[in-house]
Amino acid sequence: MKDPCAHCEEMMQPYLDHVLTDEEMAQAEAHLAECELCRRRYRFEESLRVYVRKAASEQMTVELRQKLAALRIPLE
Amino acid sequence: MAGTVNRVDAEPEEAQRLATEARDRVRFEEDALALSDQVYRVARHLASSREDAEELVQETYARAFRSWRSFQPGTNMRAWLLRILTNLNIDRGRRQQRAPQMTPLEANDYFLYDRLSESGDGVSDEDRVVERLSQDDIVTALSAVPHDFRDVLVLVDLGDFSYADAAQILDIPVGTVMSRLHRGRRILKSELAESALEEAT
Repeated sequence: MKDPCAHCEEMMQPYLDHVLTDEEMAQAEAHLAECELCRRRYRFEESLRVYVRKAASEQMTVELRQKLAALRIPLE
Repeated sequence: MAGTVNRVDAEPEEAQRLATEARDRVRFEEDALALSDQVYRVARHLASSREDAEELVQETYARAFRSWRSFQPGTNMRAWLLRILTNLNIDRGRRQQRAPQMTPLEANDYFLYDRLSESGDGVSDEDRVVERLSQDDIVTALSAVPHDFRDVLVLVDLGDFSYADAAQILDIPVGTVMSRLHRGRRILKSELAESALEEAT
């Protein structure tokens, strides 16, 4: 029998991407309900994704926005 | 005289067609420009620098406006624009990069959490643990992920594209998207763990 935490780890990415089957989802949740360490690790992964997205989000400059608008093809 | 009459007859139709086309084109341009913030946010991390990203987005829009007729109304315009952009990025030869090394750190998905939580001050709240990483750490770590993996990571995790959209944009199978995404996330965490370790020492 495989280490349940190792199995849970394999399911983490697809779990967070919402691509597990119902059965796999139930398996993951059953383990998460009883394993605090895996729960924390899942929560960390989720926070990390949100945090990366926030940190990496960069607005474009007004100058670039104007340059893009100027690329439109003028009406004849 | 008959020729003149014909021309007069033909003109309103032609004028009508041109007017419709002009209207469609203006609408297309407006729709595309409305997506530019989202396109830039993704481009910023597909390209290697802010300057590269700005050039790439301009080239993308110049090409999109020229070939607007090849966009099929009703399909995903953001994906269409990103497909132009990723093709241009490849054409510009921004691909040459070191092959990803498999470090022992990549061996599992949990090591970043394990490392951050054990190296810390006993704080175990997951949100606090994440905050040990700075914004710079994240931007630097992202740019260190090799292109093939980064493209997928950026499209799915920053751009919110589905696996299927990312596959179409990059012209690779969905299975490849999934494996590169998984690997890309691990490489990112491995880079983050390294910068966290450097800061700790």
